[in-house]
Amino acid sequence: MKKVFYIVVTLLFLCCSKDDSGATPAEYVPTPLALDIPPLFNQKILPPIIPFANPQTVEGVALGKKLFFDTILSADSTQSCASCHASANAFTDASQFSDGIDGVFGNRNSMPLFNMAWNYDEKFFWDGRSFGLEQQALEPVKNPIEMHNTWGQAVTDLQNTSDYPNLFQVAFGSSVITKELVTKAIAQFERTLISGGSKFDKHLLGTVTLTAQELNGFSVFMDETKGDCFHCHGSNNNPLWTDNDFHNNGLDAVFIDIGLGEITGDPADNGKFKSPSLRNLAFTAPYMHDGRFNTLDEVINHYSEGLQNSPTIDPLMKKVAEGGVHITAQEKADLKAFLFTLSDYDFINNPAFQN
Amino acid sequence: MKKLIAVVLISVFCLSSCVEDEVPGLQKTNVSLNFKHNWDGAAITNANFNTDKYFTAEGDELSIEKLRYLISSVTFHKENGEAIVVEGYNLVDVTNNENQSYVAPIQVPIGVYTNVSFTFGFDNTDNIEGAYTDLNSASWNVPMMMGGGYHFMQLEGKFINNVATEVGYQYHTIKAVNNTDPMNLVFQDTFFTVNLGEVIVHNDSSIDVNMNIAEWFKGPYQWKLNDWHSMLMPNFDAQVKMYDNGQNVFSLGTVN
Repeated sequence: MKKVFYIVVTLLFLCCSKDDSGATPAEYVPTPLALDIPPLFNQKILPPIIPFANPQTVEGVALGKKLFFDTILSADSTQSCASCHASANAFTDASQFSDGIDGVFGNRNSMPLFNMAWNYDEKFFWDGRSFGLEQQALEPVKNPIEMHNTWGQAVTDLQNTSDYPNLFQVAFGSSVITKELVTKAIAQFERTLISGGSKFDKHLLGTVTLTAQELNGFSVFMDETKGDCFHCHGSNNNPLWTDNDFHNNGLDAVFIDIGLGEITGDPADNGKFKSPSLRNLAFTAPYMHDGRFNTLDEVINHYSEGLQNSPTIDPLMKKVAEGGVHITAQEKADLKAFLFTLSDYDFINNPAFQN
Repeated sequence: MKKLIAVVLISVFCLSSCVEDEVPGLQKTNVSLNFKHNWDGAAITNANFNTDKYFTAEGDELSIEKLRYLISSVTFHKENGEAIVVEGYNLVDVTNNENQSYVAPIQVPIGVYTNVSFTFGFDNTDNIEGAYTDLNSASWNVPMMMGGGYHFMQLEGKFINNVATEVGYQYHTIKAVNNTDPMNLVFQDTFFTVNLGEVIVHNDSSIDVNMNIAEWFKGPYQWKLNDWHSMLMPNFDAQVKMYDNGQNVFSLGTVN
């Protein structure tokens, strides 16, 4: 009996000794990377949304940047994310519509990419159809009029490269590439695309003085009896310059594209599209979800006298029966001057965002 | 006999537990305010928005597309004059079905309160320009040319005007301001205290607060949307009338 006892104790000891030998590898943890949050954002608005399942890391952002600019994700390796989201244009396309790898054009203007971690409802695209940046990034690769690839093929191509498996290993602790890891990396990079250094930001921080015309334009923007832009497009207290909500802003009396209504199935949402941020307008023409306006003058004229009535027009589109709020030519010029102060040259020239 | 003893023991245990849980003034509990909405008794949620039509006292037919409003400083008043003030605020967003239940951020002693009140909007102490990041993020601000601070309510939709045309309305309430002279703004307070009346707070009490939206258009001023439907923020007289009508909007509902 004693022999059995000693054998059992010895075995237990050996088992314990084996466990304590350090053979179990520690879980791999990439290097955490905090977002570079502009001071006004810290002061004025809620913190950014970063999914618990996809924390920002140095390695993840670097991988995401490489993927963003790499044409390998498209079926014929001719297009990358950057093909339709150029850094010089605040990551939108200077063309009204973007053509995919087969030369087929879409029907909406490419959305600019910045400050996406502050899209609190996490509804992405003009019609809000994707919840979360990671989900959004899934779509262009498989869209037949964009990259026209399959995720299976894209992942295989990445896996067969000499460098990507190792980059995924250091970013996520796995060299086995999946579409989920690809979109996580891209989303991490996209969350670093932060624009908070415009002339108006610097004015609010007290380091730059606006001209009289720019200040007058800000007054037109904030005046409910004139521009009344602030209800949907932020203010000096909301540096996102968007409410991240969906509105019918009176573009059409009859809709060709019903926008949010297509996603929700609610006719009350027909003709509604996401309010874009007014940051970086100097780089993001053409304007509106369908890029119908080539200049900011056309946009301002639309709100002043070009509104079209429809059943779902937003109640904030005042005086629609008269075409709009009818601001004067001087007020239009002032408003335009102010709007351009929201453009952030530091952002489009940031080397961290260039290929 | 054993069964009888067991029943008695269990009953005594339960009773003693209940008594222990609800000793007035000794034990504190969570209290939630649930904001519910109606049009002269007909319940309204965001499911009724856009499509359902309502008639104001003036006879204007309207729909609702957006409703959100701010309440602050919920206060529990005791018979002895003591008041428990719950610092904080809640932006009720009916449109997006958010924050319609507000759990007070502090616990409140169980017991009888002669009145539960809250402030509609912000009083002047709390209405601080740009001070609240969540409200800034919700684009709830009032431009400085109208005094700054925050909106109290945004009620929007469409109505049929006097030439049978559907027109948007924006019934936005803020602190009344006369900004005719931009260098000399003249203000009048329009926040007000809503007194719900006596409430007995139990364990995890839930207090329903009803808003009759029709009252905003009813009295003492019978609102004429044809006259006042748009650009009401800088309209001093309209803001004062909104304040007057707001006095009868809220009432106490079910308390559990």
